[in-house]
Amino acid sequence: MKNMLSMLLPRRHMLAMASAFALLANVGPAWAADESPDAFIKRITNETLDTIKADKALRNGDIGKIIQLVDSKVMPHVNFRRMTALATGPAWRKATPEQQKRLQEEFKILLVRTYAGALTQVSDQVVVVKPLRAGQEDKNLVVNTEVRGKGDPIQLDYRLEKTPGEGAGWMIFDLNVLGVWLIENYRTQFTKEINAGGIDALIASLAARNKSNAKPA
Amino acid sequence: MKFLTRRISLMLLGCVLLVLQGCATVTNPDPRDPWESMNRSVYKFNDALDTAAIQPAAKAYVAVLPSPVRTGIHNFLGNLGDVWSMANSALQLKGQATAVTFMRITVNTFLGLGGVLDVASEMRLEKRKEDFGQTLGYWGVKPGPYVVLPIFGPSTLRDTLATPLDMKGDAVQQFNDQAARNVLSVTRVMDVRSGLLQTVDVIKAAALDPYTFVRDAYLQKRENDVHDGNPPARFDYTESETP
Repeated sequence: MKNMLSMLLPRRHMLAMASAFALLANVGPAWAADESPDAFIKRITNETLDTIKADKALRNGDIGKIIQLVDSKVMPHVNFRRMTALATGPAWRKATPEQQKRLQEEFKILLVRTYAGALTQVSDQVVVVKPLRAGQEDKNLVVNTEVRGKGDPIQLDYRLEKTPGEGAGWMIFDLNVLGVWLIENYRTQFTKEINAGGIDALIASLAARNKSNAKPA
Repeated sequence: MKFLTRRISLMLLGCVLLVLQGCATVTNPDPRDPWESMNRSVYKFNDALDTAAIQPAAKAYVAVLPSPVRTGIHNFLGNLGDVWSMANSALQLKGQATAVTFMRITVNTFLGLGGVLDVASEMRLEKRKEDFGQTLGYWGVKPGPYVVLPIFGPSTLRDTLATPLDMKGDAVQQFNDQAARNVLSVTRVMDVRSGLLQTVDVIKAAALDPYTFVRDAYLQKRENDVHDGNPPARFDYTESETP
C-alpha cells in the first residue's frame, strides 16, 4: 500500500498531506472533542478566578473591566438568549426580535452589575467540582460545585446543555447560588411585570433598576 | 393599666383588620403565598427595623471586632449549632452525616479550643446544617403557605411550627446563666447579619420586587436543603424559545 502510494505521489506531497491531516485534527483546541461537563466547569471557573486574582482593578469593582471579563470569559459559554427566554416565559415568543434583544441587554447588565460586588470578595477561594451525578441527560445536566474560602462553603451549581461544535461543546443556561436557581427566581418577578404592562413594561423596569443601581449609593 | 392593655389589643385588632382588608388587593396571588398582603406588611416592618437598627449594629460589629475575632465567634456559635444539626441528621436516619457532624463537634470542641477554631473543616469534615423544619420535610411534611414572621423573617407554616423546637434544641439555650444566654443570642444575630451585609445589598439591587425575590429564594432554598442540594426538578426548562 505504502509503496503504491509513493509510486503515485512524490514524497513531498505525502508529507504535505500528512501535515494537512494533522492540522485538521487540531481544529479547535484539543479538549473540545470530549471534555466532560465537570472538567469544562472546572476549567472555566479556574480561568475566571485566576483572572480576577491577578487583576486588582477587577477586585476593586471596576464595572467596565468586569463587563469586559464577563464578555470575554463567561458569555461565550452561556446561552444567554435561552436564559432570558426561560426567565420571561411564554411571553418571550410573542416578543419582537427588537424587544428580545433589549430584554437580553438589560437583563445582562442587571446580573453583571449586581454580582460584580461579589468579585470584590475574591481572595483565596478554591472551587471544588463535585462528582457528576449519574443518570443525567446531555441536554439538561447539573454540575455541582462548592466555593471554599473564608467562612462557610458556598453552593454554586450550573445547568448545562451539550452543544456539539458550538463554544466548548457545553453551554451554561442556568446558575444556582446557595440553592436558588436564577431563572426560576426571576420568572415570577418577570411574569408580574408582563401581566401589569406587557413586555415593554418589563424592559422599562429592568432599565430603571439598572439606572438606579448605576448611581453610587 | 387594664385600660392600656385593652387599648393595645383594640389597636392590634385594628391592624389585623386592616391587613385582612388588604388581602383582597393582591392580584394574581401565588398559590404558595395565600397571605401575601399580611406577609408584605410584616416584610415592610422587618425591613424598616433592619435598616434602622439591626444593619447598623451589624456594621458596627464588623467595624469594632477584627476579622479573626469574628471568625472565632462564628466558629464557636457554629460548633454549638452543630449539636442540633447532629440531632436532626439522626432524626432523618442519615447515619453518615450524623457521624461526620459528631466528629466535627468532638474535633472542634477538644482540638479547636472549644469550637473557636474550625479544625474539622480543615480535616474535610463537611458542615451539614439540619434543623427541625428540614427533618419534618424529610418525613414528607409539605412546607405549607409562606409566612413572614416579625423579626425572624421568611418562613413557612411548617418551619414556623418547627421554630420553637429549634430554639429549644439550640445549645445556646442549655447555658444555665440567663445573662450568658442573652449575650450569645445577641451575638448570634450580629454574626448572622454581618455575614449577610453584602447579600442583602445584592438582593436589593438584583430584584425587581425584593419581597417576591426573597420569598421565591427562601422557598427554593428550603426545598434544596430538605433534599440535601439535589431537589427534584420543578421548573420546566423545555418551553420557551422560538417555535
